[in-house]
Amino acid sequence: MSITVKDVQHVAKLARLQLSPEEEAVFTEQMNAILQYAEKLNELDTDHVKPTTHVLHVSNVMREDIVKESVTQEAALLNAPEDEEGQFKVPAVLE
Amino acid sequence: MSKYETVIGLEVHVELHTKSKIFCGCSTEFGAPPNTHTCPVCLGHPGVLPVLNRQAVEYAMKAAMALNCTIGDVSKFDRKNYFYPDSPKAYQISQFDQPIGLNGWIDIEVNGETKRIGITRLHLEEDAGKLTHVDGGFASLVDFNRVGTPLIEIVSEPDLRSPEEARAYLEKIRAIMQYCDVSDVKMEEGSMRCDANISLRPAGQQQFGIRAELKNMNSFRGVLRGLEYEQIRQAEILDDGGVVEQETRRWDETQGKTLSMRGKEEAHDYRYFPDPDLIVLHIDDAWKESIRSTIPELPDARKVRYAEEFGLTAYDAGVLTSAKPLADFFEGSLAFTKDAKAVANWMMGDLLGYLNSNNLELSQVKITPQGLGEMVGLISAGTISSKIAKTVFKEMLESGKLPGVIVEEQGLVQISDEGAIKAIVESVVAANPQSVEDYKAGKQKAIGFLVGQVMKESKGKANPGLVNSLLAELLNG
Repeated sequence: MSITVKDVQHVAKLARLQLSPEEEAVFTEQMNAILQYAEKLNELDTDHVKPTTHVLHVSNVMREDIVKESVTQEAALLNAPEDEEGQFKVPAVLE
Repeated sequence: MSKYETVIGLEVHVELHTKSKIFCGCSTEFGAPPNTHTCPVCLGHPGVLPVLNRQAVEYAMKAAMALNCTIGDVSKFDRKNYFYPDSPKAYQISQFDQPIGLNGWIDIEVNGETKRIGITRLHLEEDAGKLTHVDGGFASLVDFNRVGTPLIEIVSEPDLRSPEEARAYLEKIRAIMQYCDVSDVKMEEGSMRCDANISLRPAGQQQFGIRAELKNMNSFRGVLRGLEYEQIRQAEILDDGGVVEQETRRWDETQGKTLSMRGKEEAHDYRYFPDPDLIVLHIDDAWKESIRSTIPELPDARKVRYAEEFGLTAYDAGVLTSAKPLADFFEGSLAFTKDAKAVANWMMGDLLGYLNSNNLELSQVKITPQGLGEMVGLISAGTISSKIAKTVFKEMLESGKLPGVIVEEQGLVQISDEGAIKAIVESVVAANPQSVEDYKAGKQKAIGFLVGQVMKESKGKANPGLVNSLLAELLNG
Protein backbone atom coordinates (compact mmCIF):
# COMPACT_ATOMS: atom_id res chain seq x y z
CA MET A 1 0.00 0.00 0.00
CA SER A 2 1.43 3.31 -0.95
CA ILE A 3 0.11 6.86 -0.86
CA THR A 4 0.31 9.02 -3.96
CA VAL A 5 0.27 12.79 -4.29
CA LYS A 6 -3.30 12.42 -5.48
CA ASP A 7 -4.31 10.79 -2.20
CA VAL A 8 -2.70 13.62 -0.27
CA GLN A 9 -4.55 16.19 -2.36
CA HIS A 10 -7.85 14.38 -1.71
CA VAL A 11 -7.30 14.21 2.04
CA ALA A 12 -6.20 17.85 2.08
CA LYS A 13 -9.38 18.84 0.27
CA LEU A 14 -11.55 16.92 2.72
CA ALA A 15 -9.78 18.62 5.61
CA ARG A 16 -10.03 22.01 3.87
CA LEU A 17 -6.26 22.41 3.84
CA GLN A 18 -4.42 24.30 1.14
CA LEU A 19 -1.04 22.73 0.48
CA SER A 20 1.80 23.96 -1.73
CA PRO A 21 3.34 21.44 -4.16
CA GLU A 22 6.37 21.21 -1.85
CA GLU A 23 4.15 20.42 1.13
CA GLU A 24 2.28 17.83 -0.89
CA ALA A 25 5.55 16.08 -1.64
CA VAL A 26 6.67 16.18 2.00
CA PHE A 27 3.34 14.87 3.28
CA THR A 28 3.24 12.10 0.69
CA GLU A 29 6.57 10.87 1.95
CA GLN A 30 5.60 11.22 5.61
CA MET A 31 2.26 9.51 5.23
CA ASN A 32 3.90 6.65 3.42
CA ALA A 33 6.41 6.30 6.23
CA ILE A 34 3.60 6.20 8.80
CA LEU A 35 1.67 3.59 6.86
CA GLN A 36 4.78 1.51 6.37
CA TYR A 37 5.31 1.53 10.10
CA ALA A 38 1.70 0.52 10.67
CA GLU A 39 2.15 -2.27 8.12
CA LYS A 40 4.12 -4.10 10.78
CA LEU A 41 0.82 -4.83 12.51
CA ASN A 42 -0.15 -7.03 9.59
CA GLU A 43 2.49 -9.49 10.70
CA LEU A 44 0.23 -10.41 13.62
CA ASP A 45 -2.37 -13.11 13.23
CA THR A 46 -5.64 -11.42 14.25
CA ASP A 47 -8.03 -13.97 12.77
CA HIS A 48 -9.44 -14.85 16.17
CA VAL A 49 -9.33 -11.40 17.73
CA LYS A 50 -12.47 -9.29 17.92
CA PRO A 51 -12.13 -5.71 16.66
CA THR A 52 -11.58 -3.25 19.50
CA THR A 53 -13.50 -0.03 19.40
CA HIS A 54 -12.87 0.86 23.02
CA VAL A 55 -10.25 -0.19 25.49
CA LEU A 56 -12.48 0.45 28.50
CA HIS A 57 -14.44 -2.50 29.80
CA VAL A 58 -17.58 -0.53 30.49
CA SER A 59 -20.73 -0.28 28.49
CA ASN A 60 -24.25 1.17 28.68
CA VAL A 61 -23.37 4.41 30.40
CA MET A 62 -26.40 6.61 29.90
CA ARG A 63 -28.13 9.61 31.42
CA GLU A 64 -31.81 9.96 32.16
CA ASP A 65 -33.90 12.23 29.93
CA ILE A 66 -33.85 15.27 32.20
CA VAL A 67 -33.53 18.84 30.97
CA LYS A 68 -30.63 20.77 32.48
CA GLU A 69 -30.05 24.46 32.25
CA SER A 70 -28.43 25.66 29.04
CA VAL A 71 -25.94 28.51 28.79
CA THR A 72 -27.26 31.95 27.91
CA GLN A 73 -27.43 33.15 24.34
CA GLU A 74 -24.78 35.70 25.24
CA ALA A 75 -22.43 33.03 26.55
CA ALA A 76 -23.10 30.78 23.56
CA LEU A 77 -22.04 33.54 21.20
CA LEU A 78 -19.01 34.63 23.23
CA ASN A 79 -16.49 32.99 20.88
CA ALA A 80 -18.30 33.83 17.67
CA PRO A 81 -16.18 36.03 15.39
CA GLU A 82 -19.40 37.59 14.20
CA ASP A 83 -23.01 37.39 15.31
CA GLU A 84 -26.36 38.88 14.36
CA GLU A 85 -29.83 38.58 15.86
CA GLY A 86 -28.64 36.15 18.48
CA GLN A 87 -27.13 33.86 15.89
CA PHE A 88 -23.67 32.92 14.70
CA LYS A 89 -22.89 34.69 11.45
CA VAL A 90 -20.78 32.77 8.96
CA PRO A 91 -19.85 33.18 5.30
CA ALA A 92 -22.36 31.39 3.08
CA VAL A 93 -21.41 27.88 2.06
CA LEU A 94 -22.81 26.95 -1.30
CA GLU A 95 -24.51 23.60 -1.46
CA MET B 1 -44.06 5.34 -18.80
CA SER B 2 -44.48 1.58 -19.01
CA LYS B 3 -41.30 1.37 -21.05
CA TYR B 4 -39.33 1.91 -17.84
CA GLU B 5 -39.62 0.59 -14.36
CA THR B 6 -39.10 3.11 -11.57
CA VAL B 7 -37.02 2.08 -8.57
CA ILE B 8 -37.21 4.15 -5.39
CA GLY B 9 -35.60 3.85 -1.98
CA LEU B 10 -36.33 6.28 0.85
CA GLU B 11 -34.29 7.61 3.75
CA VAL B 12 -36.60 8.94 6.40
CA HIS B 13 -35.43 11.01 9.36
CA VAL B 14 -37.68 11.13 12.40
CA GLU B 15 -37.05 13.43 15.38
CA LEU B 16 -37.59 11.57 18.64
CA HIS B 17 -39.60 13.59 21.13
CA THR B 18 -37.35 13.28 24.14
CA LYS B 19 -37.34 16.21 26.54
CA SER B 20 -33.57 16.70 26.39
CA LYS B 21 -31.01 16.30 23.61
CA ILE B 22 -29.31 13.03 22.76
CA PHE B 23 -25.92 13.76 24.35
CA CYS B 24 -26.55 16.64 26.76
CA GLY B 25 -29.28 18.05 29.00
CA CYS B 26 -30.33 20.96 26.77
CA SER B 27 -34.04 21.17 26.02
CA THR B 28 -35.36 20.01 22.66
CA GLU B 29 -38.36 22.33 22.84
CA PHE B 30 -39.24 23.88 19.47
CA GLY B 31 -39.53 27.63 18.93
CA ALA B 32 -37.23 29.05 21.62
CA PRO B 33 -35.17 32.21 20.86
CA PRO B 34 -32.05 31.25 18.85
CA ASN B 35 -29.10 29.73 20.68
CA THR B 36 -30.79 29.57 24.08
CA HIS B 37 -30.86 25.75 24.20
CA THR B 38 -27.15 25.13 23.84
CA CYS B 39 -24.22 24.20 26.06
CA PRO B 40 -20.54 23.39 25.57
CA VAL B 41 -21.42 19.77 24.62
CA CYS B 42 -23.82 20.50 21.77
CA LEU B 43 -21.80 23.53 20.68
CA GLY B 44 -18.86 21.16 20.19
CA HIS B 45 -16.43 22.91 22.52
CA PRO B 46 -13.13 21.12 23.11
CA GLY B 47 -12.79 18.81 26.08
CA VAL B 48 -16.47 18.05 26.59
CA LEU B 49 -17.94 14.57 26.91
CA PRO B 50 -21.25 13.52 25.37
CA VAL B 51 -23.39 11.14 27.48
CA LEU B 52 -26.13 9.15 25.78
CA ASN B 53 -29.80 9.78 26.62
CA ARG B 54 -31.37 6.45 27.64
CA GLN B 55 -34.82 7.53 26.46
CA ALA B 56 -33.50 8.21 22.94
CA VAL B 57 -32.07 4.68 22.77
CA GLU B 58 -35.32 3.17 24.01
CA TYR B 59 -37.44 5.16 21.55
CA ALA B 60 -35.14 4.01 18.74
CA MET B 61 -35.43 0.38 19.89
CA LYS B 62 -39.21 0.70 20.07
CA ALA B 63 -39.39 2.21 16.57
CA ALA B 64 -37.05 -0.45 15.18
CA MET B 65 -39.13 -3.26 16.70
CA ALA B 66 -42.35 -1.75 15.37
CA LEU B 67 -40.72 -1.83 11.90
CA ASN B 68 -39.92 -5.53 12.40
CA CYS B 69 -36.17 -4.92 12.62
CA THR B 70 -33.74 -7.21 14.42
CA ILE B 71 -32.17 -5.36 17.33
CA GLY B 72 -28.42 -5.77 17.43
CA ASP B 73 -26.89 -7.20 20.63
CA VAL B 74 -24.13 -4.64 20.32
CA SER B 75 -24.56 -1.14 18.98
CA LYS B 76 -22.04 1.66 18.77
CA PHE B 77 -21.65 5.25 17.67
CA ASP B 78 -19.40 6.58 14.95
CA ARG B 79 -18.32 9.98 13.71
CA LYS B 80 -19.44 11.06 10.26
CA ASN B 81 -17.02 13.75 9.19
CA TYR B 82 -18.01 16.73 7.09
CA PHE B 83 -17.64 20.49 7.15
CA TYR B 84 -20.78 22.53 7.14
CA PRO B 85 -21.76 25.43 9.38
CA ASP B 86 -24.82 23.63 10.75
CA SER B 87 -22.50 21.15 12.47
CA PRO B 88 -20.31 22.80 15.12
CA LYS B 89 -18.05 19.77 15.72
CA ALA B 90 -17.37 19.24 11.98
CA TYR B 91 -18.71 15.73 12.49
CA GLN B 92 -22.07 14.26 13.24
CA ILE B 93 -22.38 11.48 15.80
CA SER B 94 -24.19 8.70 13.96
CA GLN B 95 -24.02 4.92 13.64
CA PHE B 96 -22.14 3.20 10.85
CA ASP B 97 -21.82 -0.58 10.96
CA GLN B 98 -23.67 -1.45 14.17
CA PRO B 99 -26.99 0.39 14.09
CA ILE B 100 -29.84 -0.17 16.57
CA GLY B 101 -32.00 -2.06 14.05
CA LEU B 102 -31.45 -4.16 10.89
CA ASN B 103 -33.51 -6.06 8.32
CA GLY B 104 -37.04 -4.91 9.00
CA TRP B 105 -40.13 -4.53 6.83
CA ILE B 106 -43.56 -2.96 6.64
CA ASP B 107 -46.58 -3.71 4.50
CA ILE B 108 -48.09 -0.98 2.37
CA GLU B 109 -51.28 -0.98 0.37
CA VAL B 110 -51.59 0.65 -3.06
CA ASN B 111 -54.66 0.19 -5.27
CA GLY B 112 -55.99 -2.48 -2.95
CA GLU B 113 -52.85 -4.59 -3.18
CA THR B 114 -50.59 -5.29 -0.24
CA LYS B 115 -46.86 -5.14 -0.79
CA ARG B 116 -43.99 -5.75 1.62
CA ILE B 117 -41.23 -3.14 1.65
CA GLY B 118 -37.88 -4.04 3.18
CA ILE B 119 -36.15 -1.80 5.70
CA THR B 120 -32.39 -2.04 5.50
CA ARG B 121 -31.59 -0.39 8.81
CA LEU B 122 -32.56 2.07 11.51
CA HIS B 123 -29.89 4.04 13.30
CA LEU B 124 -29.65 6.79 15.91
CA GLU B 125 -27.93 10.09 15.27
CA GLU B 126 -27.96 13.75 16.24
CA ASP B 127 -29.69 16.51 14.31
CA ALA B 128 -27.84 19.54 12.89
CA GLY B 129 -28.43 23.25 13.52
CA LYS B 130 -30.58 25.55 11.43
CA LEU B 131 -29.19 27.93 8.81
CA THR B 132 -30.85 31.09 7.53
CA HIS B 133 -29.28 32.70 4.51
CA VAL B 134 -28.89 36.49 4.69
CA ASP B 135 -27.08 39.37 2.97
CA GLY B 136 -28.24 38.34 -0.47
CA GLY B 137 -26.92 34.82 0.00
CA PHE B 138 -23.41 35.86 1.03
CA ALA B 139 -23.78 35.03 4.70
CA SER B 140 -25.68 32.59 6.90
CA LEU B 141 -27.02 32.85 10.43
CA VAL B 142 -26.75 29.73 12.56
CA ASP B 143 -29.11 28.71 15.35
CA PHE B 144 -27.84 25.68 17.28
CA ASN B 145 -31.00 25.01 19.32
CA ARG B 146 -31.81 21.98 17.18
CA VAL B 147 -28.29 20.57 17.10
CA GLY B 148 -28.20 17.35 19.13
CA THR B 149 -31.91 16.61 18.92
CA PRO B 150 -32.14 12.82 18.67
CA LEU B 151 -33.04 11.47 15.23
CA ILE B 152 -33.60 8.05 13.84
CA GLU B 153 -32.82 7.45 10.19
CA ILE B 154 -34.86 4.71 8.56
CA VAL B 155 -33.41 3.41 5.29
CA SER B 156 -35.64 1.37 2.99
CA GLU B 157 -34.59 -1.22 0.47
CA PRO B 158 -35.04 -0.10 -3.18
CA ASP B 159 -38.39 -1.93 -3.17
CA LEU B 160 -40.69 0.94 -4.11
CA ARG B 161 -41.83 1.02 -7.73
CA SER B 162 -43.80 4.26 -8.04
CA PRO B 163 -44.24 7.66 -6.40
CA GLU B 164 -47.60 6.43 -5.05
CA GLU B 165 -45.89 3.52 -3.33
CA ALA B 166 -43.33 5.92 -1.87
CA ARG B 167 -46.12 8.05 -0.49
CA ALA B 168 -47.93 5.04 0.97
CA TYR B 169 -44.67 3.87 2.58
CA LEU B 170 -44.08 7.29 4.10
CA GLU B 171 -47.62 7.48 5.45
CA LYS B 172 -47.25 4.04 6.97
CA ILE B 173 -43.96 4.98 8.63
CA ARG B 174 -45.61 8.10 10.02
CA ALA B 175 -48.57 6.14 11.37
CA ILE B 176 -46.32 3.55 13.04
CA MET B 177 -44.18 6.26 14.67
CA GLN B 178 -47.34 8.00 15.83
CA TYR B 179 -48.77 4.80 17.31
CA CYS B 180 -45.46 4.10 19.06
CA ASP B 181 -45.50 7.64 20.41
CA VAL B 182 -41.81 8.28 19.73
CA SER B 183 -42.19 11.43 17.61
CA ASP B 184 -44.60 14.18 16.56
CA VAL B 185 -43.87 13.17 12.91
CA LYS B 186 -44.95 16.46 11.38
CA MET B 187 -43.37 16.87 7.96
CA GLU B 188 -44.32 20.52 7.76
CA GLU B 189 -42.49 21.25 11.03
CA GLY B 190 -39.50 19.13 10.10
CA SER B 191 -39.93 16.45 12.76
CA MET B 192 -40.15 13.97 9.87
CA ARG B 193 -38.02 14.45 6.73
CA CYS B 194 -37.52 12.39 3.64
CA ASP B 195 -34.80 11.97 1.01
CA ALA B 196 -35.26 9.67 -1.95
CA ASN B 197 -33.09 7.71 -4.34
CA ILE B 198 -34.81 7.23 -7.67
CA SER B 199 -33.72 5.55 -10.88
CA LEU B 200 -35.34 4.11 -13.98
CA ARG B 201 -34.50 0.89 -15.79
CA PRO B 202 -35.89 -0.62 -18.98
CA ALA B 203 -38.82 -2.87 -18.08
CA GLY B 204 -37.56 -6.39 -17.51
CA GLN B 205 -33.96 -5.42 -16.82
CA GLN B 206 -32.45 -6.76 -13.58
CA GLN B 207 -29.72 -4.21 -13.08
CA PHE B 208 -30.66 -0.87 -11.52
CA GLY B 209 -30.30 2.31 -13.56
CA ILE B 210 -28.25 5.31 -12.45
CA ARG B 211 -29.97 7.08 -9.60
CA ALA B 212 -30.47 10.64 -8.51
CA GLU B 213 -30.76 11.57 -4.85
CA LEU B 214 -33.68 13.87 -4.14
CA LYS B 215 -33.78 16.26 -1.19
CA ASN B 216 -35.97 18.98 0.27
CA MET B 217 -39.38 17.37 -0.16
CA ASN B 218 -41.10 18.86 2.88
CA SER B 219 -44.59 17.43 2.61
CA PHE B 220 -46.29 14.24 1.50
CA ARG B 221 -47.46 16.05 -1.57
CA GLY B 222 -43.91 17.32 -2.18
CA VAL B 223 -42.59 13.75 -2.09
CA LEU B 224 -45.20 12.62 -4.57
CA ARG B 225 -44.70 15.57 -6.92
CA GLY B 226 -40.90 15.55 -6.67
CA LEU B 227 -40.72 11.87 -7.54
CA GLU B 228 -43.26 12.23 -10.36
CA TYR B 229 -41.24 15.08 -11.83
CA GLU B 230 -37.98 13.13 -11.53
CA GLN B 231 -39.56 10.06 -13.11
CA ILE B 232 -40.50 12.07 -16.19
CA ARG B 233 -37.17 13.91 -16.33
CA GLN B 234 -35.18 10.69 -16.28
CA ALA B 235 -37.46 9.00 -18.83
CA GLU B 236 -36.91 11.90 -21.22
CA ILE B 237 -33.13 11.64 -20.86
CA LEU B 238 -33.26 7.88 -21.51
CA ASP B 239 -35.66 8.33 -24.44
CA ASP B 240 -33.14 10.65 -26.06
CA GLY B 241 -30.46 8.00 -25.63
CA GLY B 242 -28.80 10.00 -22.85
CA VAL B 243 -27.34 8.96 -19.53
CA VAL B 244 -28.77 10.07 -16.17
CA GLU B 245 -26.15 11.78 -14.07
CA GLN B 246 -25.61 10.44 -10.57
CA GLU B 247 -26.13 13.55 -8.49
CA THR B 248 -28.06 15.18 -5.69
CA ARG B 249 -31.09 17.20 -6.73
CA ARG B 250 -33.26 19.55 -4.75
CA TRP B 251 -37.04 19.66 -5.10
CA ASP B 252 -38.19 23.25 -5.62
CA GLU B 253 -41.80 23.44 -4.48
CA THR B 254 -42.58 26.83 -6.05
CA GLN B 255 -41.05 26.02 -9.43
CA GLY B 256 -42.39 22.48 -9.33
CA LYS B 257 -39.03 21.11 -10.50
CA THR B 258 -35.98 19.28 -9.25
CA LEU B 259 -32.75 21.22 -9.58
CA SER B 260 -29.19 19.96 -9.59
CA MET B 261 -27.18 20.87 -6.49
CA ARG B 262 -23.84 21.83 -8.00
CA GLY B 263 -20.53 21.54 -6.26
CA LYS B 264 -20.91 17.96 -5.18
CA GLU B 265 -18.97 16.36 -8.00
CA GLU B 266 -16.68 14.66 -5.55
CA ALA B 267 -18.33 11.62 -4.04
CA HIS B 268 -18.99 11.91 -0.31
CA ASP B 269 -16.17 10.65 1.80
CA TYR B 270 -17.33 10.80 5.40
CA ARG B 271 -14.42 8.84 6.86
CA TYR B 272 -16.54 7.17 9.53
CA PHE B 273 -14.72 5.94 12.60
CA PRO B 274 -15.86 4.84 16.07
CA ASP B 275 -16.48 7.78 18.39
CA PRO B 276 -13.97 7.40 21.21
CA ASP B 277 -16.13 9.58 23.49
CA LEU B 278 -19.01 7.09 23.51
CA ILE B 279 -18.80 3.54 24.74
CA VAL B 280 -20.61 0.62 23.22
CA LEU B 281 -24.17 -0.38 24.00
CA HIS B 282 -24.90 -3.96 24.95
CA ILE B 283 -28.56 -4.69 24.42
CA ASP B 284 -29.51 -7.88 26.21
CA ASP B 285 -32.73 -9.86 25.84
CA ALA B 286 -34.23 -8.53 29.06
CA TRP B 287 -33.86 -4.97 27.86
CA LYS B 288 -35.25 -5.85 24.44
CA GLU B 289 -38.28 -7.56 25.99
CA SER B 290 -38.97 -4.68 28.34
CA ILE B 291 -39.18 -2.37 25.32
CA ARG B 292 -41.12 -4.84 23.18
CA SER B 293 -43.81 -5.01 25.85
CA THR B 294 -44.46 -1.25 25.45
CA ILE B 295 -45.32 -1.47 21.74
CA PRO B 296 -49.04 -0.80 21.36
CA GLU B 297 -51.44 -2.25 18.81
CA LEU B 298 -50.09 -1.02 15.46
CA PRO B 299 -52.11 0.28 12.47
CA ASP B 300 -52.29 -3.03 10.58
CA ALA B 301 -53.55 -4.94 13.61
CA ARG B 302 -56.03 -2.20 14.42
CA LYS B 303 -57.31 -2.24 10.87
CA VAL B 304 -57.99 -5.98 11.03
CA ARG B 305 -59.71 -5.55 14.40
CA TYR B 306 -61.97 -2.75 13.10
CA ALA B 307 -63.12 -4.98 10.27
CA GLU B 308 -63.72 -7.97 12.56
CA GLU B 309 -65.07 -6.24 15.64
CA PHE B 310 -67.12 -3.47 14.05
CA GLY B 311 -67.80 -4.83 10.58
CA LEU B 312 -66.14 -1.89 8.82
CA THR B 313 -65.05 -2.28 5.20
CA ALA B 314 -61.33 -2.78 4.63
CA TYR B 315 -61.18 0.65 3.04
CA ASP B 316 -62.87 2.47 5.93
CA ALA B 317 -60.81 0.56 8.50
CA GLY B 318 -57.67 1.46 6.56
CA VAL B 319 -58.47 5.17 6.45
CA LEU B 320 -59.53 5.38 10.10
CA THR B 321 -56.35 3.65 11.31
CA SER B 322 -54.00 5.57 8.99
CA ALA B 323 -53.38 8.21 11.64
CA LYS B 324 -53.51 7.60 15.37
CA PRO B 325 -55.60 10.67 16.28
CA LEU B 326 -58.28 9.51 13.84
CA ALA B 327 -58.36 5.97 15.22
CA ASP B 328 -58.41 7.25 18.80
CA PHE B 329 -61.29 9.60 17.94
CA PHE B 330 -63.23 6.72 16.43
CA GLU B 331 -62.78 4.50 19.46
CA GLY B 332 -63.42 7.43 21.80
CA SER B 333 -66.82 7.97 20.17
CA LEU B 334 -67.76 4.36 20.80
CA ALA B 335 -67.89 5.05 24.52
CA PHE B 336 -71.05 7.05 23.75
CA THR B 337 -72.80 4.93 21.14
CA LYS B 338 -72.74 1.31 20.06
CA ASP B 339 -73.31 2.15 16.40
CA ALA B 340 -69.70 1.90 15.15
CA LYS B 341 -70.72 1.87 11.51
CA ALA B 342 -72.63 5.14 11.84
CA VAL B 343 -69.64 6.75 13.60
CA ALA B 344 -67.35 5.50 10.82
CA ASN B 345 -69.69 6.87 8.16
CA TRP B 346 -69.80 10.31 9.75
CA MET B 347 -66.02 10.33 10.08
CA MET B 348 -65.36 9.09 6.56
CA GLY B 349 -67.86 11.48 5.02
CA ASP B 350 -68.53 14.68 6.90
CA LEU B 351 -65.48 14.84 9.15
CA LEU B 352 -62.74 13.91 6.67
CA GLY B 353 -64.53 15.81 3.91
CA TYR B 354 -64.47 18.94 6.02
CA LEU B 355 -60.84 18.48 7.10
CA ASN B 356 -59.63 17.79 3.57
CA SER B 357 -61.49 20.60 1.88
CA ASN B 358 -60.30 23.10 4.49
CA ASN B 359 -56.82 21.60 4.73
CA LEU B 360 -57.12 21.10 8.48
CA GLU B 361 -55.87 18.55 10.99
CA LEU B 362 -58.23 16.80 13.36
CA SER B 363 -56.68 18.72 16.25
CA GLN B 364 -57.71 21.99 14.63
CA VAL B 365 -61.45 21.39 14.81
CA LYS B 366 -63.45 21.47 18.01
CA ILE B 367 -65.66 18.43 17.67
CA THR B 368 -65.05 15.80 20.35
CA PRO B 369 -65.46 11.99 20.26
CA GLN B 370 -68.18 12.43 22.88
CA GLY B 371 -69.97 14.91 20.61
CA LEU B 372 -70.01 12.58 17.62
CA GLY B 373 -70.94 9.56 19.73
CA GLU B 374 -73.85 11.36 21.36
CA MET B 375 -75.04 12.76 18.06
CA VAL B 376 -75.21 9.28 16.54
CA GLY B 377 -77.17 8.29 19.63
CA LEU B 378 -79.65 11.14 19.10
CA ILE B 379 -80.22 10.03 15.52
CA SER B 380 -80.88 6.42 16.39
CA ALA B 381 -83.20 7.46 19.23
CA GLY B 382 -85.16 9.51 16.68
CA THR B 383 -84.55 12.77 18.54
CA ILE B 384 -83.04 14.38 15.45
CA SER B 385 -83.18 13.42 11.79
CA SER B 386 -80.00 12.71 9.79
CA LYS B 387 -80.69 15.90 7.94
CA ILE B 388 -80.75 17.99 11.10
CA ALA B 389 -77.69 16.07 12.27
CA LYS B 390 -75.73 17.69 9.42
CA THR B 391 -76.45 21.10 10.96
CA VAL B 392 -75.56 19.84 14.42
CA PHE B 393 -72.34 18.30 13.10
CA LYS B 394 -71.24 21.54 11.48
CA GLU B 395 -71.94 23.42 14.68
CA MET B 396 -69.89 20.87 16.66
CA LEU B 397 -66.93 21.31 14.29
CA GLU B 398 -66.94 25.03 14.95
CA SER B 399 -68.00 25.39 18.58
CA GLY B 400 -67.24 22.01 20.11
CA LYS B 401 -70.59 22.13 21.93
CA LEU B 402 -72.27 18.82 22.71
CA PRO B 403 -75.13 17.86 20.39
CA GLY B 404 -77.74 17.90 23.18
CA VAL B 405 -76.89 21.52 23.89
CA ILE B 406 -77.02 22.51 20.21
CA VAL B 407 -80.36 20.78 19.66
CA GLU B 408 -81.75 22.50 22.76
CA GLU B 409 -80.39 25.95 21.87
CA GLN B 410 -81.58 25.90 18.29
CA GLY B 411 -84.81 23.99 18.84
CA LEU B 412 -83.83 21.21 16.45
CA VAL B 413 -85.67 18.33 18.07
CA GLN B 414 -87.32 16.16 15.45
CA ILE B 415 -91.10 16.34 15.27
CA SER B 416 -92.44 12.83 15.65
CA ASP B 417 -95.85 13.88 16.83
CA GLU B 418 -98.26 12.38 14.30
CA GLY B 419 -100.89 15.04 14.75
CA ALA B 420 -98.46 17.90 14.17
CA ILE B 421 -97.02 16.30 11.06
CA LYS B 422 -100.43 15.39 9.72
CA ALA B 423 -101.45 19.02 9.93
CA ILE B 424 -98.46 20.09 7.83
CA VAL B 425 -99.01 17.24 5.35
CA GLU B 426 -102.62 18.27 4.88
CA SER B 427 -101.79 21.92 4.29
CA VAL B 428 -99.06 21.01 1.78
CA VAL B 429 -101.41 18.69 -0.12
CA ALA B 430 -104.04 21.41 -0.19
CA ALA B 431 -101.56 23.99 -1.45
CA ASN B 432 -100.19 21.82 -4.27
CA PRO B 433 -103.11 20.39 -6.24
CA GLN B 434 -101.02 20.05 -9.39
CA SER B 435 -98.50 17.73 -7.77
CA VAL B 436 -101.29 15.72 -6.26
CA GLU B 437 -102.85 15.38 -9.73
CA ASP B 438 -99.49 14.34 -11.20
CA TYR B 439 -99.01 11.72 -8.54
CA LYS B 440 -102.46 10.31 -9.03
CA ALA B 441 -101.81 10.21 -12.79
CA GLY B 442 -98.90 7.85 -12.09
CA LYS B 443 -95.96 10.25 -11.74
CA GLN B 444 -94.24 8.66 -8.75
CA LYS B 445 -91.73 11.48 -8.64
CA ALA B 446 -94.34 14.00 -7.59
CA ILE B 447 -94.41 12.55 -4.08
CA GLY B 448 -90.77 13.52 -3.66
CA PHE B 449 -91.67 17.13 -4.26
CA LEU B 450 -94.44 16.98 -1.68
CA VAL B 451 -92.14 15.37 0.93
CA GLY B 452 -89.68 18.15 0.27
CA GLN B 453 -92.35 20.77 0.85
CA VAL B 454 -93.36 19.18 4.16
CA MET B 455 -89.72 19.09 5.31
CA LYS B 456 -89.35 22.72 4.32
CA GLU B 457 -92.48 23.72 6.19
CA SER B 458 -91.20 21.96 9.31
CA LYS B 459 -87.73 23.51 8.94
CA GLY B 460 -86.29 20.02 8.46
CA LYS B 461 -87.53 18.84 11.80
CA ALA B 462 -90.33 16.49 10.69
CA ASN B 463 -89.54 12.80 11.08
CA PRO B 464 -89.03 11.77 7.42
CA GLY B 465 -90.39 8.25 7.94
CA LEU B 466 -93.63 9.61 9.34
CA VAL B 467 -93.91 12.22 6.61
CA ASN B 468 -93.63 9.54 3.94
CA SER B 469 -96.19 7.21 5.46
CA LEU B 470 -98.69 9.96 6.29
CA LEU B 471 -98.39 11.45 2.82
CA ALA B 472 -98.83 8.09 1.12
CA GLU B 473 -101.82 7.36 3.32
CA LEU B 474 -103.47 10.65 2.44
CA LEU B 475 -102.81 10.44 -1.31
CA ASN B 476 -103.75 6.81 -1.71
CA GLY B 477 -106.62 6.90 0.71
